[in-house]
Amino acid sequence: MPIEVNGKTLETDEEGYLANINEWEPGVADVMAKEDELDLTDEHWDIINFLREYYEEYQIAPAVRVLTKAVGKKLGKDKGNSKYLYGLFPYGPGKQACRYAGLPKPTGCV
Amino acid sequence: MSDIKKFMYLNRRAPYGTIYAWESLEVVLIGAAFDQEVSLIFADDGVFQLVKGSDTSESDMKNFMPTYRTLGDYGVRHMYVDRASLAARGLSEDDLIEVAWEDYETEEEVDNIVEIVDTDQAAKLMAESEVVFSF
Repeated sequence: MPIEVNGKTLETDEEGYLANINEWEPGVADVMAKEDELDLTDEHWDIINFLREYYEEYQIAPAVRVLTKAVGKKLGKDKGNSKYLYGLFPYGPGKQACRYAGLPKPTGCV
Repeated sequence: MSDIKKFMYLNRRAPYGTIYAWESLEVVLIGAAFDQEVSLIFADDGVFQLVKGSDTSESDMKNFMPTYRTLGDYGVRHMYVDRASLAARGLSEDDLIEVAWEDYETEEEVDNIVEIVDTDQAAKLMAESEVVFSF
């Protein structure tokens, strides 16, 4: 299902992940969140931006437990736990946040 | 935490041109979820997988070189490189990437888990492993 972002039509795969990571813009996350009936806060954006930086550096979407550890290190221990991350992204921090960030589905995620 | 086994991934092929290197890397990334003691060893043309500054922009292959640098976060404790294979290809330790490892709970850190080993030692390490995956 393609999505409409700021007048542009962007292709996604059958699970809703962006087909081309280079087409990402912040509006992508806003549109996807709206479909999920989720309001994006600064706390969501911290994770989305973190994922984009991680991808930029390592060229993969991190596994959930790697994400959890890395968030704890970067944003503080109170945020580096699955309770906090699932609170923000109820469909799973790996899958949902990666999708909003325009990343592919994390390797090993089913 | 029972049954922690020693896993060794043996990488002997050049990074691009075949799918082996990327497949091996993916198995390591996925296998990290299982809490085993994981080491990698690079020999023959496999040593090219760790050479700094690879550029795939003119090919259709994704450049997955940066991905090796996150392996420490995936529980990989050692990345051994066969000394003779490096030398035979005119390479040295300075040509290789560095990979850091850190335990977030104990804050124990290792600056670089990439280590050059002699062939004898490589053979011994493989013999000591309970599971060896060859790519």
